[in-house]
Amino acid sequence: MSGERATGVQQRPDGACALVTGASRGIGAAIARALAADGWPVAVNYRSGADGAAATVAAIEAAGGRAVALQGDVSDPAVPAQLLDAARSQLGPVAALVNNAGLRADGLALSLSDDDWQRVLDTNLGSTYRLTRAVLREMIRTRFGRVINIASVIGPRANAGQANYAASKAAVIAFTKTAAVEVARRGVTINAVAPGLIDTEMTEDIPATLSERIPAQRAGRPEEVAAAVVFLASDAASYITASTLYVDGGLSA
Amino acid sequence: MAEPSIDQIEKVITDSLVTFGADPEAISRDAELEALDVDSLDLAELSQIIEEQFGVELTSNDVAEIKTVGDAIDMVAGRAK
Repeated sequence: MSGERATGVQQRPDGACALVTGASRGIGAAIARALAADGWPVAVNYRSGADGAAATVAAIEAAGGRAVALQGDVSDPAVPAQLLDAARSQLGPVAALVNNAGLRADGLALSLSDDDWQRVLDTNLGSTYRLTRAVLREMIRTRFGRVINIASVIGPRANAGQANYAASKAAVIAFTKTAAVEVARRGVTINAVAPGLIDTEMTEDIPATLSERIPAQRAGRPEEVAAAVVFLASDAASYITASTLYVDGGLSA
Repeated sequence: MAEPSIDQIEKVITDSLVTFGADPEAISRDAELEALDVDSLDLAELSQIIEEQFGVELTSNDVAEIKTVGDAIDMVAGRAK
């Protein structure tokens, strides 16, 4: 099929950058470093971890890459436009967005507070929606874009004590699929990456016995999640959209 | 921003529709956007282009009223004054 409307395979535009939210530590920091190693200038967003963000930028620069740290709480509706403007002025237009910022506020569904429900939804889902909406306006014009939303195996799977987190991450996957089909013909792909148990500060309170349920019999490393993101951001992944890539050692099988 | 002429508005809209894949031969003031295979994503992009070129902001309600190429030209011309 080669209709007039076919946009063809687009390549990463010169002078464009990647923006990674929540990149001061953990999976986000690993994603920022890995994208930089793949040649992307990277905007390293953080909310409160200024030292971590500075360390991420320093590591990227030490490896010969380009990066800047951008402070901003992505759950604030005013922040997405500010981040995109700041990234554009310092590194170039954002051609790859990684919605990684997220938080947990665990509790049984019957005892969750409204605040714990709302702030998890606002950060994990609301920020993904608002940043994606803002960046798509530019991406559809340039006929190239990569949006990668960090979801979780929790959502597609149950996990007692995480009803708010699970709801937010399942919704991220649903949002990813529908937004992806809306813009697919503009050369913009939107995918989700669903990590399982990954060794980070966010998961250090999770009992080690969980790893017995993982077919790989171990927790994953942030770099293993980052590798999936780098692939989805690459020109090689141009025909993959609306997908969810599980990086979970087989946990979700 | 100086008030754009009808010709300028018509050219920007026509060029955009061609970029979206519409058949240039089929584009006329009376042509219906649906018949040109112009869909909601195309109209969202056209709204951005119009805002950049003429400083005219079209809401989603405005866009929903546009049925023909002429509707789009007239709406932008009316707002650009």
